[in-house]
Amino acid sequence: MSTVPMEYYLVLSAFMFCVGVAGVLIRRNAIVVFMSIELMLNSANLTLVTFSSYLGNPIGQVFVFFVMTVAAAEAAVGLAIIIAIFRNKLTVNIDDINIFKW
Amino acid sequence: MNIQLILFFVLASVAAVTAVMMITRKNAVISAVFLVLNFFSLAGLYLLLNAQFIAVVQVIVYAGAIMVLFLFVLMLLNTETEHKLFVDKRGIKFFAILVSAFVFVQLAFLIFKGNPTRTLTPDEAASINSGTIQTIGHELYTNYIIPFEVAGFLLLATTIGALVLAKKKFE
Amino acid sequence: MINLIYLTVLLPLIGFLINGLFGRKIKNEKIIGTIGAASVGISFLIVLGAFIQTVALPVDQRSNTVELFTWLSVGGLNVKFAYLVDQLSLTMALIVTGVGFLIHVYSIGYMHGDKGFWRFFAYLNLFIFAMMNLILGDNFVVLFLGWEGVGLCSYLLIGFWYDRNFEKGTTSQAAKKAFVVNRIGDFGFLLGMFLIYMTFDSLNFKEVLSKATTFPVTEATFGLIAIFLFIGATGKSAQIPLFVWLPDAMAGPTPVSALIHAATMVTAGVYMVSRTSIIFASAPAVMMVVAVVGLLTAIMAASIGLVQNDIKKVLAYSTVSQLGYMFLAAGMGAFSASIFHVMTHAFFKALLFLGAGSVIHGMHDEQNIQKYGGLKKYMPKTYITFFVATLAIAGVPGLSGFFSKDEILWSAYANGGFIFWLVGMITAMMTAFYMFRLLSLTFYGNERFDHHHVHPHESPALMTIPLMILAFLSIVGGYIGLPKVFVGEHGNLFESWLEPIYEPAMHKLAHFGSHSHFEEIMLMAVSIALALSAIYFAIHVYNKKPQIAENVSAKFKGFYNLLLNKYFIDEAYEAVVVQPIQKGSDKLLWKYADVKIIDGAVNGLANLIEKLSGVIRKIQTGATHSYAVIMMVGIAAALFWLILSL
Repeated sequence: MSTVPMEYYLVLSAFMFCVGVAGVLIRRNAIVVFMSIELMLNSANLTLVTFSSYLGNPIGQVFVFFVMTVAAAEAAVGLAIIIAIFRNKLTVNIDDINIFKW
Repeated sequence: MNIQLILFFVLASVAAVTAVMMITRKNAVISAVFLVLNFFSLAGLYLLLNAQFIAVVQVIVYAGAIMVLFLFVLMLLNTETEHKLFVDKRGIKFFAILVSAFVFVQLAFLIFKGNPTRTLTPDEAASINSGTIQTIGHELYTNYIIPFEVAGFLLLATTIGALVLAKKKFE
Repeated sequence: MINLIYLTVLLPLIGFLINGLFGRKIKNEKIIGTIGAASVGISFLIVLGAFIQTVALPVDQRSNTVELFTWLSVGGLNVKFAYLVDQLSLTMALIVTGVGFLIHVYSIGYMHGDKGFWRFFAYLNLFIFAMMNLILGDNFVVLFLGWEGVGLCSYLLIGFWYDRNFEKGTTSQAAKKAFVVNRIGDFGFLLGMFLIYMTFDSLNFKEVLSKATTFPVTEATFGLIAIFLFIGATGKSAQIPLFVWLPDAMAGPTPVSALIHAATMVTAGVYMVSRTSIIFASAPAVMMVVAVVGLLTAIMAASIGLVQNDIKKVLAYSTVSQLGYMFLAAGMGAFSASIFHVMTHAFFKALLFLGAGSVIHGMHDEQNIQKYGGLKKYMPKTYITFFVATLAIAGVPGLSGFFSKDEILWSAYANGGFIFWLVGMITAMMTAFYMFRLLSLTFYGNERFDHHHVHPHESPALMTIPLMILAFLSIVGGYIGLPKVFVGEHGNLFESWLEPIYEPAMHKLAHFGSHSHFEEIMLMAVSIALALSAIYFAIHVYNKKPQIAENVSAKFKGFYNLLLNKYFIDEAYEAVVVQPIQKGSDKLLWKYADVKIIDGAVNGLANLIEKLSGVIRKIQTGATHSYAVIMMVGIAAALFWLILSL
């Protein structure tokens, strides 16, 4: 609403996004990396909802709806993959799952 | 200083703190819990923004379903606690944090430079209505019906995919 | 016939190709020799025909160009391969092909039995090809082609007997010396050519010479061009400071010395100065330089020739000295006199060298005149012809040498003053003296060789007939250039023939001091008297009382040594020029500049790239994780750029 300036929400969203990025870059546990990605997605959601609310346009929130759907789907499949890898490697440490490295 | 501003700062600080906590805990389960807290605070923020439907969906889907999934997987995999954060590869980690901070500073600068409160004209009356489930439902089922159906298919594919990937070998 | 002038160049080239490519297989010396000599002989006939044709033409039509093809057409520079047939080039061509033909015939006899017979004739023909290009070319570029070509052939022919030693080194070293010293002169010539193109925007003789009178060119520019051209001439025609190669060139076979180093190549410089006479005439300071250099060279070389003991060395220094006379004449503005002396010198110097070759041949390759003596009765034909040539070079009246040398001395007196004449006269006396010394020590007196081991004999007809022809020319060749004082203003046929060539230059020169006929005849008489006395003195000492010579050389031992060692000029060059350049090249240019800097830069660049790529290579780790970091860096950079552009 109008008493809270829009920039505050946007800056918070930016902050969460950067925290998510840092998490992706520095954590080695694959699942924590996934959680950081979820954090980044949420920050995007926050931005969308902020704009939608301030402009009175519901389209932003419809988009958020779809973002959540996709995020859920992605999380599910991603975790399934991690389980499959864990069966072979017995670890979720991304440094050890470096099969692309030559 | 009105109630909205106070609420905002409380919820925002919770969100920020839990986010940072999430990425710095050694134990993955603790990280997951902090993420749940983060989602809850986000839901509060959504309410503050008149996005009722989204707030509820956030709690149900994200905090309720996705994080539960995460926790289940964490339990299944029984991972050991990680080493301390800054033992291996200190250089890259410092550098990554530095880059992220730098990006944040740039984004903040750009946001304040863009000055959206003055350039955009907020529409108060409509904003109350925009978050209601009637409005969103109306949009979803008329203008965005096709993406809606496609999202359904996507979820179907995800279900089948997750099943296949996580299953044990076919006997 | 004029239009066929290109054949005179083409035939020797064909001779070179045939003898060069197939000579080794054609074992028959007669065939090789015939091919070689005939190509030059036919060229001579064609030149003769062109000459007769030109004489029949009116005077203003005597300059004709025969164009072959366009050689260079680059930007504004258009150089055609064309030949200029005019009075000057015809004169030179007659000398080159005529004397050249006689020397070719002589060589068939002289080189008999040599295992490189075919190579010799191939090189000789190549030389004639290059020389003809030089004198017939109608622009500086064709002239330069010939210029370089004769330098190359000189190198090939000096080092012909590549497996022999020569004095302190090998024949190859002598050949290299000739080539390198020539090159230094050529550099000067090139600079002159560049300046000419810059100034006159053309390299064609006719265009340049006509522009030289009309363009507003400063005297300094003319002087600069002239001095560079003259440096080229000092290299090719063995003047100070670049004469040091000619005595060493005696390492080659004697016909080579006769053809190249007496009659033709060394006169290229004189020809070139004549051809560009207008440029020299526009720079009086350089003219004086030319005259002084010529004069000093003449007297210096003559002084060295007084004491040399190798028959060819004496003749070599004599050549340098006579060339000095030619440049003296040119510097004094008497261009036609210099060409006249070229012609008479070609006759008697070629004859002297061929005669010396005959003597060497008959004495089984002995060249030291201290081991000769009394050869008159063994080689009568050689002796007679040699005697005629010696009379000619000494300037005895009645023979060709007298007329040409006299004209030079007269022009020296008329335009340079008494000192020039005096130095020239002293040189003439020395010339007479050392030539008759040579004659006496070789042909007169007691035999100083072991009669039982050495059997001197006369040379075959193939060698003696050219000698006789050249002797005839040495006698009568001068009569076409009789002095004006005797035959009137237009009686000097040679000078009138060449007059149109030098007309522009003569306009520019300050009018010759008009000295009286009386002075001219007086000087002539004085010079005859002095020359005859020098001759008498020489014969008296070396024939009757050789101990006088020994006493004098003992008394002035230092001076004698100085002359015998050619003023130590070679040694001076070696110490001051050659050694520093060699050491500098070795230590500085090679070890430092080439190895450290140039190789270092190239290798260093390669090393740098290797190191750099070694570092950059590590970015591609194959781990997606690090890619993510780099992606963020990219995003940060993009945002930064966005901020900057706001």
